[in-house]
Amino acid sequence: MIKYVLKRIGYMLITLFIIATATFFMMHSIPGDPLGAMANKLPEQAKANYYAKYGLDKSLTEQYTIFMKNLITKGDLGESLKYPGKSITDTLLTNSKVSGVTGGLALFFGVVIGVTLGIVAALNKNKWPDYLVMFIAILGITIPVFVMASLLQYLFTVKWMILPTTGWGKPKNLVLPVIAMCFGTIATYARYLKSNMLEVMGQDYILTAEAKGVSRFHIIKDHVLKNAFLPCITILGGQISGIFTGSFVIEKMFGIPGLGFYYVSSINDRDYTMIIGTTIFAAALFVVAQLLIDIVYTLLDPRIRVK
Amino acid sequence: MSEEKKVTSATEWEDIPAEKFQIIGTDDFSGDIIARPKVGYWADAWRRFKENKIALIALIILIVLLFMVIFGPAISGYNFEQMDTSAINQLPSSEHWFGTDSLGRDLFARVWQAGRVSLAIGIVGAVVASVVGSIYGGIASYFGGIVDDIMMRIVEVLLSIPYLIIVILISVVTDSKSIGTMMLALTLTGWCGIARLVRGQMLQLKSQEYVLAANALGVSPFKTIMRHMIPNTIGIIIVAITFDIPGYIFSEAFLSYIGLGVQPPDTSWGALASAAQQNFMFYPYQLFFPSLMIALTMLSFTLLGDGLRDALDPKLRK
Repeated sequence: MIKYVLKRIGYMLITLFIIATATFFMMHSIPGDPLGAMANKLPEQAKANYYAKYGLDKSLTEQYTIFMKNLITKGDLGESLKYPGKSITDTLLTNSKVSGVTGGLALFFGVVIGVTLGIVAALNKNKWPDYLVMFIAILGITIPVFVMASLLQYLFTVKWMILPTTGWGKPKNLVLPVIAMCFGTIATYARYLKSNMLEVMGQDYILTAEAKGVSRFHIIKDHVLKNAFLPCITILGGQISGIFTGSFVIEKMFGIPGLGFYYVSSINDRDYTMIIGTTIFAAALFVVAQLLIDIVYTLLDPRIRVK
Repeated sequence: MSEEKKVTSATEWEDIPAEKFQIIGTDDFSGDIIARPKVGYWADAWRRFKENKIALIALIILIVLLFMVIFGPAISGYNFEQMDTSAINQLPSSEHWFGTDSLGRDLFARVWQAGRVSLAIGIVGAVVASVVGSIYGGIASYFGGIVDDIMMRIVEVLLSIPYLIIVILISVVTDSKSIGTMMLALTLTGWCGIARLVRGQMLQLKSQEYVLAANALGVSPFKTIMRHMIPNTIGIIIVAITFDIPGYIFSEAFLSYIGLGVQPPDTSWGALASAAQQNFMFYPYQLFFPSLMIALTMLSFTLLGDGLRDALDPKLRK
């Protein structure tokens, strides 16, 4: 087990190194001045100072070495080009907390409600609760998230005037984005858990348990749910890292100052250092979450324990 | 009652004199004669698919959508780019079936014109990704050993980068907002999932008895691949394509929504929805139509994929 984890961590570091390097060179290969429109307005000397400040006057390999050295030794991703003096690492950490709160709540409610609906649907197969749940699930999968968000804003803000559309800081600001975000999660889990449960319920060991006279409640609780929930952990992995990168669209629409919001605005601003930093940060979260999920999975499921 | 009858009939049988029987000879091959016309894989799959009413409806919806996307702009009688300042933000009417937008452009024409871009991206993206992924996965599983190891490690690295981030990064780096670049960005890592799928299936097939039998009989590797490996993999590839198409359409909608996708004068469902979202509070119908098309397409492809999976791979059927 320890050997497996170490091996995985090794691969993870290689992956992150490749991603950081690729992102760096890709962003630096873009034609045009990194200062963008600002470069034309500035006098020669100020421009040279800017270049010196960000190390843009050095050769590409030198810039890369400095960047990597700062990243590895200090975890420092440099400074924003657009907003001088703003440290990218600090910005990322503050923003990811904001995204974490919204996304975490949405994921929590999404999983709890989705799993409940999935169980209800599986236990009432081909009866009205099943059809109702599957109808909700299909809506959740097919309605684009921005449409859902627009609809919520329209109903709760314009029509009924009970909740604010945008803003951050008060609990009531959280309600709409969390609902909009968890709708898709509910749909995914309801569908997935239902089909898993039905599959498990068709297994021979369930028949054996029934034949032995185990009560329906215990069969569902001890055999069906345990086995049906395991594969759901795999999807959970991607979603946990998605919490912190945030839903780009939702954060933009509701004006939540999270990672996704800043990522989109740094793209629109062409703030190159910020784009590099956010990409690496998001990739790191993603890779770490995947590793954790794999470890949890091997711990929970004795069948795939590493030989 | 029935038992009694059997007994009587048995006694009747015994009454028949032996000379009434006659030996007509035996035909060793009579058991092997195929009495019914042979049902091929595709005919069989179609027979199973037809049973699935939901999938059939999804297929019909998709055909209608495809028809409208091809002929819709012509039916509307308006050019999708043509502005009319005397008729801006009009509600759906007999003149403009889906209404007009803030520049007075006919939305009926625009929705179908946008559908061309969205559907093209979805279908071409999924097909390109599948072809690349199948070849990659096929090569990896065929050679096995160290080649397989290295090739799959590369896939793992590519898969460990969040998909949307790659797409965004490529769009930023290339900075050209043509549909071609977007397709490249979308498919750059999109093929990895299919490569894994195909490799897994191929490895599984390689250890099947009938492949072993074919080898033992001296069938050439090429013929084994053509005759056994590909036909047994094509089903899961088709299903994967069907499930991937809505994913690409959604990614395109998302990219256009945050301003990295299709640029005017071209348009797509995502771009239309994005434009309509700005004044959604006042003109909700402008958001309704493109969203409806996205939802219908996603729904139909998902249901069609479910149906195809059941039809093409009966082993998965429950």
